[in-house]
Amino acid sequence: MRIPLSWLAEHVELPAEGAAEWLHATLVRVGFEEEAVHGGELRGPIVVGRVLSIEEEPQKNGKTIRWCQVDVGEANGGVRGIVCGALNFVEGDRVVVTLPGSALPGGFEIAARKTYGHVSDGMIASERELGLGDDHDGIMRLDQLGIEGEVGADALAILGLDDQAVEINVTPDRGYALSLRGIAREVAAATGQAFTDPAETARARDAGPKASGFSVSLDDDAPIRGRAGCSRFVVRVVRGIDPSRPSPAWLASRLRLAGIRSISLPVDITNYVMLELGQPIHGYDLAKLRGGIVVRRAEPGETLVTLDDVERKLDPEDLLITDDRGAIGLAGVMGGAETEMDASTTDVLIEAATFDPVSISRTARRHKLFSEASKRYERGVDPAVADAAAARVAQLLVELAGGTLDELGTEVGEVAAMQPISIPVGYWSALLGGDYADDEARAALESVGATIDEGPVAWTVTPPTWRRDLTDREGLVEEIARVVGFDRIPSVLPVAPPGRGYSRAQRLRRKVADALAASGHTEVLVAPFVTERQARLTGHAPVRLENPLDGERPCLRTALVPGLVDTAHRNLGRGLTDLALFELGRVFRAVDGQGTDELPGAESRPADDVLADLDRLPEQPLHAAVLLVGERVRKQPGRAAERFGLADAIEAAERIARTVGLELELRQAERSWLHPGRTAELLLGETVVGVAGELLPQVAADADLPRGVAVAELDLDALIERARVRLDTRVIAPVPAATQDLSVVVPVAVPAGDVQHAVRDGAGALLEHIALVDDYRGTGLGDCEKSLTFALRFRAPDRTLTAAEASEAKLAGLRVATERHGARLRE
Amino acid sequence: MPQPDASPELSARVDAAVEAALAAIDAASTTAELQAAKSAHNGQGSELAGLNASLRDIAPEERKAAGQTIGAGRARVAEAIAARQGELAAAEEAAQLEAERVDVTALPRLRAPGGRHPLSMLADEMTDVFVGMGWEVAEGPELEHEWYNFDALNVDPDHPARSESDTFYVAPAERHLVLRTQTSPVQARSMLTRELPIYIVAPGRVYRTDDIDATHLPVFTQMEGLAIDKGLTMAHLRGTLEHLARIMFGEEAKIRLRPNYFPFTEPSAEMDVWHPGMRGGPRWVEWGGCGMVNPNVLRATGVDPEVYSGFAFGMGVERTLQFRYQLDDMRDMIEGDVRFTEQFGMVI
Repeated sequence: MRIPLSWLAEHVELPAEGAAEWLHATLVRVGFEEEAVHGGELRGPIVVGRVLSIEEEPQKNGKTIRWCQVDVGEANGGVRGIVCGALNFVEGDRVVVTLPGSALPGGFEIAARKTYGHVSDGMIASERELGLGDDHDGIMRLDQLGIEGEVGADALAILGLDDQAVEINVTPDRGYALSLRGIAREVAAATGQAFTDPAETARARDAGPKASGFSVSLDDDAPIRGRAGCSRFVVRVVRGIDPSRPSPAWLASRLRLAGIRSISLPVDITNYVMLELGQPIHGYDLAKLRGGIVVRRAEPGETLVTLDDVERKLDPEDLLITDDRGAIGLAGVMGGAETEMDASTTDVLIEAATFDPVSISRTARRHKLFSEASKRYERGVDPAVADAAAARVAQLLVELAGGTLDELGTEVGEVAAMQPISIPVGYWSALLGGDYADDEARAALESVGATIDEGPVAWTVTPPTWRRDLTDREGLVEEIARVVGFDRIPSVLPVAPPGRGYSRAQRLRRKVADALAASGHTEVLVAPFVTERQARLTGHAPVRLENPLDGERPCLRTALVPGLVDTAHRNLGRGLTDLALFELGRVFRAVDGQGTDELPGAESRPADDVLADLDRLPEQPLHAAVLLVGERVRKQPGRAAERFGLADAIEAAERIARTVGLELELRQAERSWLHPGRTAELLLGETVVGVAGELLPQVAADADLPRGVAVAELDLDALIERARVRLDTRVIAPVPAATQDLSVVVPVAVPAGDVQHAVRDGAGALLEHIALVDDYRGTGLGDCEKSLTFALRFRAPDRTLTAAEASEAKLAGLRVATERHGARLRE
Repeated sequence: MPQPDASPELSARVDAAVEAALAAIDAASTTAELQAAKSAHNGQGSELAGLNASLRDIAPEERKAAGQTIGAGRARVAEAIAARQGELAAAEEAAQLEAERVDVTALPRLRAPGGRHPLSMLADEMTDVFVGMGWEVAEGPELEHEWYNFDALNVDPDHPARSESDTFYVAPAERHLVLRTQTSPVQARSMLTRELPIYIVAPGRVYRTDDIDATHLPVFTQMEGLAIDKGLTMAHLRGTLEHLARIMFGEEAKIRLRPNYFPFTEPSAEMDVWHPGMRGGPRWVEWGGCGMVNPNVLRATGVDPEVYSGFAFGMGVERTLQFRYQLDDMRDMIEGDVRFTEQFGMVI
C-alpha cells in the first residue's frame, strides 16, 4: 500500500519535516513493514510559464528546433529564451518550465547552456521528464490538460510533484489498512491523535432522501463453504457528467503516487474513493446497462469479455454481475468491456458491494487476474462502508465532473453483526508476560475501533466491522501489544525440564558427517529436483511434482549420486578437477496409495485412524553418498599422481559404517548405471544397504566427467537402525601372537573376499586377524588361476600358542576354502 | 698369609698389552675398526688371551695373583671398547639422522582438506544451544501431508500460500501431498506425539516455488522452535531468542519484536536481532518470525488451550549464515562449489 502524504495529512497531523521517515517509524511500530518512499525526486525552481513567441530554426542534421521566448513571471526573471526540440505546442500555451538550478528525476540538473547558437535558459518540460508518466513525449500543455496555475506559480505544488508516498507492506489479515481511512486510524492510534472517520464525513454530506428504484437481486444458489458470495450491494446514479473534463492535477498526482494510472475523471474518482475508504467501486455506463442487476454464479460454458479485452471462460464457481443480456462483470475482480465507462459516458451507475473473500480469491486465482479490487476483497472489505463509499463517489462526480445526483439507486443485503469476544481482565498481561495496565488495554482496543462492555471479571469486546480478523481473545491481546508496544515485554528465559540430549540417530548422523569431512570429503547440499532419467536410475518409483520449477526436472531424487554428478559437473566447469564430495540427504520413493483424497478438519485432534492415513507418505530415507573424481594425490616431489578409484569410494562407505559401529560386507554386483565389472553391493548380513562403483563411462560422459568416477551411496537410516548398540567385549590377552602366511590357489573368478571368509570360518576362534596381502597370477599357475596370500594372526586367550597349533588352525581354514572354492595350498 | 704379587715380568707384559690395546681402540674411527681392534687385542690369539692361557703353566701359589693382574688388564680393555662403542654408535646415528634430513615444506600431501557445509554446522551450533537448555531436537518428513503443513497450523483452506505459486505439490495434487514450506509441521507432529510439556527445536530443509536468485532459494533451511507448557508468555519467547542471540552474536546482542501476522501464532511478531559484529557497524537485522501458539493450533493437536500456552519461532539458517559471514549471494550455498565449503573447513 502506497500512502500519499498530502492525502494522509487531511486525516491526521504529520510533522512538517521528515514526514516520510516519521510515518515509516510510526507504522513499523504497529506492524506495517516499510517498503519504499516514492516521489520527491524533483527540486525547483519549476514554474508555470507562457510561450510568447516561437521561431523555428531548421538544422543541418534535418532536425528543426524552436527558439522560444517564455514568460516565467517577474519573480523568476521575466521572459527567458529557451531552446526546445518538441513541436506540439503553440504561442500562448501555458507550459511547465524547469529553470536553471532545478533537478529532474534521476538527478538530472538543469543549467543555462549554449546550444544551437543560443543560450537556453531552462527547459520546457514533458510529462516524461517530470516523471509524471510516459504516455506522451510532447510538451505538457496545461490549458489542454485542464491544469490551473498563473504564470510564475510553483508548478511542483500544482502538479503534486512536491508530494511523496510512503509504501508499506500490509499483512494479509489487515485488509482495512489498504485504505487511507485504515492507515489514518492506525497512525491516530499509535500517536494518540484524534481521528475523524472519512466514511462518517461522506455519510454526513449525503443528506438527501435514500436512493431507490434500481433493481438488484442477490441470487447465489451455490455459496462457497457456506458463505453467500455477495452480502451487500449499494447502487447510486449520477447523471449528466461532462465527459470532456480531465482529472484535476491533485487527483491524478495522488493516484500516481499511490501506484494507479490516471485513466479518465470518472474512473479516477472510483479509484480515488477505493484508496480513501478501502471499498472497491465499479462504475458502469448507465446507458449501456439492460435492465436491473442480478448477482449470481456463472452458468457452465458462459463467457465474459473483461475490461482488458480478454474473453474469459467462466467457471460455475465464479460470481458474476449480470443484467438482462448476461454477464457484465466478474464480481469483485474486473468489470466487463460492454458496460465500461468511456469518453462519451454521461450517466454513471456506481456499484459498491461486499463480496465474500474466498469466492473472490478463488476467481482471481483461477483467472490469474489480481486487481486492486480483488486484492482488497480477498483480505476483507468493511461491509459497513459500502453506502458511504457510493455516496463519496457520487459527491465527487457532482463536484468534479459536473454531474447531478439522481434518486435512482438501491441498497440490498445486510451488514452481518460482529461476534463479541469475552476476555478476562488482565489476560493481556498474563499472555504477554509484561505489565499492561487495564486503562492502556481499553484505550488500545478503542483506538482500533472496538467497543467494550466492561464486567468485573471479564470484558465483552465487540470488534468493528472492518476487523473480521479479530475472532478470539488472543487477537485482542495482539492489538493491545501492537498499540501499546512490544517493547514492554521483558526477557525471561524459561526453564525446560531435563532433556535427553540428542537422540542416538542424531548423534550418529553428525559423527558420520564429521568423519567424512575429516577424511578429506567436502559436504555439499544439493536441491532434490532431478530429471525423469536420473530418478529412474535406482529402479524405485519416483515422486513426481505437479508444479516443478524446471520442467526438465519434474521428479524428486531417488538417490543422491545424480545430484553429486551434477555438482561435480559444475565444479569441473569452474576448473576444480579433483573432487571428493559427499552429501547427507533424503531421497524420495513413491509408495502405493500415498496421500489421501480428503483433508481432515482441524477444529480438534483428528481420530487416530485419520492420523494414520495422513502418514501414508512416500518413503524418504536419509542417504549418505560420496563421489570421487580426479586425483586423490597430486603429482609432487617424490610422488607420482594417484587417481581416485573405486577403493576410495568403498573406503568412504566403510568409514561411514564403522562410524556407527558396523562392518560392511562387499559383494560383486551390477547396476545399470555403474561399470559392470566395478560395482559392489554393500551389505549388512544379507541386507543390501548400499552400492559402490565406478560410473558407467557413458553416464559420466553425459555430465562431462572423465572415466573412472567412483561413487558410493548408503541408506544411512538403515545403517543407523542397525547401528551397534551393545558389544560383547573380548579379554585383551597379554600373550604373544603367532603369525603365519597362507597362500592358496583358486580360480580367477572366485572373489578374494569369499576365500577370506572361508579361511576365517575354518580357522576358528584362534584366528585374531586376517588380511589379503597378495594376488599373484602368472608363471607357475594355470591360465585361469590366481594365488592369494593372506597374513594370519593367531592368538589364544590364555596361553602362548605353539607353531604347531597355529599351523593346524591355518590348515583348518584352508580345508574350508578348499571345500567351498576348490582352493589348494600353494607350495 | 700375605698374597704374593704377580711377577714383575708378567705385570710388565700385561701393561704393555693393555697399552697397545687402548691405543688401537682409541684409534678406531668406525665400529668396524673397533671390532678389528677388539679381536686383535682381546680376542683369540691376542697377547692378553695368550697370557691368560699361560696361567696354567704358572706355579699354583702364584697363579691367583697372576690371574688377577691379567683379568684387570682385560677388564680395562673391555671397558674401553664399550666406551668407544658408545661414542662411535652415537656419531654414526647422528650422521644417519643428518642424512635423513628432508624439506618439511615439500613433503607429499596425501589428501585435500575436506569440510562440512556451513549450513549444517550452523544448524548444529544452533541446536547445541537449545540442547544445552534441556530442549530436544524433533524431526519430521520433508515431503509432508498438506494437513500438517497447513490445516493443523490454522492456515485457511483458501489461504494464498497454498497456491501452486508458493507450494510444491506432489502429482496428483488431489492427494494432498506437498514439500513442506516450513518446518512448522514438526510443531503439529510434536504436539500430537510428545508428552507435555514440550520444548523442541526442529532444524530442516523446506521448499518454496521461488526461482533461484541472490536472496531466494527453492530449497532452504529453517530452524523451528516450540515450547508448550503451563504459564508460558511472550516474555519467555523473548528470553529464549535473546539467549540464542547472545550465544551466537555476542553479549551485546538483543531482540526486538515487531507486530506481524502468521496464521499459526497470535500475537505474532517479526524478530530483529541487534548484531554487534555486522559489517559496517552494529545494527538491527531481520531474523525471523515468532509468536504465541494460536489456540486453534493447540486444539487441532489435542492440547487444551485453557491449560497450556506456548510460543514458537522460526528463522532461516541461510539468512543467519548470510549476515554472520557477509555473504551476498545465497546461490553459493546450494551450488556445491567446493571452494565455498572448504573455506569453512570443520569450524563455523
